[in-house]
Amino acid sequence: MMKKILQVKNLTVSYDSYIAVDDISFDVLEGDLLGIVGPNGSGKTTMFRAMLGLQQYVGKITMFGHGTDKFKSLLPLIGYVPQKITFEPNFPATVYDVVSMGIISDKKIIKGAKLIQQCGCCWNRIYKDMSKTEDKILTALRTVGLEHLKNRRIGELSGGEQQRVFIAQSLIKDPILMILDEPVTSVDVESQTKFYKIIKKLNEDNGITIIWSSHDLDALENYASKVACMNKKIFFHGKKEQFFADEKILKTYTESAMQMHMHGHGH
Amino acid sequence: MVLDILSYGFMQKALISGIAISVICSFMGTFLVLRRYSLFGDGISHVAFGGISVGLFLGIFPLWTAFLVSILGGLGLQKLRSSTKISGDAAVAVILVSGLAVGIILISMSGGFSVDLFSFLFGNILLISTEDMILIIAISVGIVAVLFVLQKQFLQLSFNEEQAKIAGLNVTLLNYLFVVLAAVTVVTSMRLVGILLISALIVIPNITAMLYGRGFKKTVGISISMAVFSTVMGIFLSYAFNLAPSGTIVVIAVALLLGTIACRYAGLISKVEIREPSKISHNS
Repeated sequence: MMKKILQVKNLTVSYDSYIAVDDISFDVLEGDLLGIVGPNGSGKTTMFRAMLGLQQYVGKITMFGHGTDKFKSLLPLIGYVPQKITFEPNFPATVYDVVSMGIISDKKIIKGAKLIQQCGCCWNRIYKDMSKTEDKILTALRTVGLEHLKNRRIGELSGGEQQRVFIAQSLIKDPILMILDEPVTSVDVESQTKFYKIIKKLNEDNGITIIWSSHDLDALENYASKVACMNKKIFFHGKKEQFFADEKILKTYTESAMQMHMHGHGH
Repeated sequence: MVLDILSYGFMQKALISGIAISVICSFMGTFLVLRRYSLFGDGISHVAFGGISVGLFLGIFPLWTAFLVSILGGLGLQKLRSSTKISGDAAVAVILVSGLAVGIILISMSGGFSVDLFSFLFGNILLISTEDMILIIAISVGIVAVLFVLQKQFLQLSFNEEQAKIAGLNVTLLNYLFVVLAAVTVVTSMRLVGILLISALIVIPNITAMLYGRGFKKTVGISISMAVFSTVMGIFLSYAFNLAPSGTIVVIAVALLLGTIACRYAGLISKVEIREPSKISHNS
């Protein structure tokens, strides 16, 4: 039986009186490529931020069987790529520099690895045996197809290329879990497809469990293994085939997304 | 003529101190500019003015009180930013005027402006003593050592604070250490260009270096070279033409910036396409 990598129980996040995430519960199993779908304002980013310890919340989040007191040791082994990483446009860092920022110390890896081993999860570490930092960086860049841009400044790259650099930055720490928050929202269609293929490969070949939020139902249908549908609450969580076969759920999601869209434009 | 100038003890001390200060200002300045703390130097130097006034008022060596008050000011600024919704530039403004106001009151109570105070306001590297030079070198070595050891962490913090937090960095502690280092840099550097021009030495060489479109290490190298060149040339020219050293140093730094911009327009430096951050919603 697959191990539970992440357990979310009765998670609620509110900003003053506004409830952003309303009493949600779900599990993520080892090897899942979970696509989370929901309209703008449905609480996806807030939920991710709570998981990463960047947001206060009510409820319980367990990672690899450990509570929040151990998150500080576990977080360095989790890859996170947000919608958009904002940085000074003229930032003097090359692609190589940015990827190297993802390297974490052996001490931190060992500390996190011990906690992960306690839950019996299988952790396929491909960068472990590379002694040279340069080898790690170049391998990560090759995986995302950007080795040829290693000496370019990060600000010179397109949105899609930048997001792939951040994936490489996450990969270099040998993550067991990756959280991708609408990673290709501002990216052209061709780059999106490249990006999705990389995600799929990381999940299938490297065994990385991935949680990925998106508005793109076609992409979810093609690349995800499971789907969770949320709009402050989770109203579906299961295999993607079930989600796409259930017209009632699909209709509810589409109407809800449309309402949020109209609401957003009304203001 | 250059050898003649170098034979004077005061010039040797000025050049050694000036070079040390240029290195720490430009190295620290790289992180300050990248974190959009460009006016931090200005804010802290005005707090240092308050600190100097406290020293002059109480009859204590003003540099010590300037260090103490500036470090406290830097920590207060960081606290103000992190625990209230006051933005960085507004927080700098609050700290800046507070330091200046306290300074003016204490100066007026202690009998008005003195020569000592003017040397802090406008800098006077040519009047530096051997003790001052040793202190500047010792502090500079310490700052460079800390920055060198923690450059990766500070770079990550400058790039994106949230990502740094997720990567397991102690962001709060690093932020406090950062403002303490910056405050010490500013106070140490006051003797070179003075309170009123200190932010120029922190910001201008870095803006110039960033125009060359290189990676982090090369940018820091270019920035330090620009700052050292401006300082050495400024000291020589100010002596040769009887000019104020602080103003001369800053004017040379500005000239290098304008020259670099001109070279870019002329296509002599490869242009870096700078994209504005795209306006996408973060409201999910």
